[in-house]
Amino acid sequence: MKTWLALLLIALALPAWADRFSVPKHAAFDEECASCHLAYPPQLLDAVSWRALMENLPRHFGVDASLDDNRRLAITDFLTRHAGRGGSTTSSGKPLLRITETPWFRREHDEIAAPTWQRTAIKSPANCAACHTQAASGDFRERNIHIPKRGTP
Amino acid sequence: MRHSLCILAILVSAGAMAQTPRDFLTRFEKEAAAPAVAERGGRFFDATHGNDWSCSTCHTTRPTQPGRHAKTDKTIAPLAPAANAERFTSPAKVDKWFRRNCNDVVGRECSAQEKADLLAWLLTLK
Ligand code: HEC
Ligand code: HEC
Ligand code: HEC
Repeated sequence: MKTWLALLLIALALPAWADRFSVPKHAAFDEECASCHLAYPPQLLDAVSWRALMENLPRHFGVDASLDDNRRLAITDFLTRHAGRGGSTTSSGKPLLRITETPWFRREHDEIAAPTWQRTAIKSPANCAACHTQAASGDFRERNIHIPKRGTP
Repeated sequence: MRHSLCILAILVSAGAMAQTPRDFLTRFEKEAAAPAVAERGGRFFDATHGNDWSCSTCHTTRPTQPGRHAKTDKTIAPLAPAANAERFTSPAKVDKWFRRNCNDVVGRECSAQEKADLLAWLLTLK
């Protein structure tokens, strides 16, 4: 019984087993975190990672995404409340900042060959919406995947 | 009661905050203590300033058109007020994006004179 419960809890916690995430409404998150890319579902990183990411917005993956403290703290609170489980770190023990570097992301996408990521219509694994046509609404179901051919090397 | 108070507060602050692109131009010219030169703004917009990107990399050389983020590919609505009535209406938004984008393109914040020139040029686009 106890083990069943534990398994159930693990299943619920692992984003790898889900293909749809409800992206809860949050005015500041919607306005501030969806202007340069889609609003990544908060479930896709753990709380430690979100906190680390939110503490370094002036140097955010090569761009300045700085925010005033009020908004930054409100969004951090929102992200950590809806965060997934994970606890994965880089080889040097730092929290992962990229969804695309988490073990479950790599596992789900291990059939995609390296040159596919380079296509001009995709450009980066972080560009979820290039293949997951409904990603902006948190829908990553297989039937809504379309891998673009444009820019095939 | 709580609700109507909230709505009242929003209305009052929106009333105090709402601005037009012309108000921003006046503000920047006043801060710079010199008139804007639109043509210089246009050159600044298309040029790189020691880094890989220019303003036009993401906003295109004709910012009445939609742009594309150089790194993420996401579509960006037109920057010129003639093509997008929401541009240059919120001080918080304008200040935030000038700070970020000038940092990314120029490696520092833009001066009041540069902002005045840029906006004056954007306002010449129809
Ligand atoms: C000024 C533009 C900008 C803003 C604003 C912005 N980001 Fe980003 N973000 C980027 C860029 C550029 C990347 C890197 C994309 C790539 O590598 O293809 C990125 C990447 C990310 C990634 C990693 C994606 C991956 O798995 O590789 C996460 C997570 C992220 N952003 C979260 C956020 C959150 C949360 C906010 C709101 C606080 C935010 N971003 C606001 C530009 C921005
Ligand atoms: C190059 C195209 C491509 C990109 C870009 C991409 N994915 Fe995927 N994704 C796929 C494919 C293909 C699968 C595998 C579908 C399968 O086998 O069920 C998949 C599977 C998934 C699944 C599991 C879906 C399921 O049915 O269980 C999730 C969740 C997911 N991706 C999220 C993301 C996120 C989040 C991003 C961006 C950070 C992203 N993907 C970027 C192509 C892509
Ligand atoms: C790397 C891509 C990128 C570059 C380069 C860039 N911008 Fe932007 N800019 C954006 C994005 C993304 C937004 C916000 C998205 C939106 O509001 O549609 C934005 C918004 C703005 C705004 C907000 C206007 C408003 O009121 O809504 C201004 C002003 C602006 N940019 C000016 C500039 C200037 C000046 C430069 C050159 C110094 C520049 N940008 C370079 C991506 C870029």
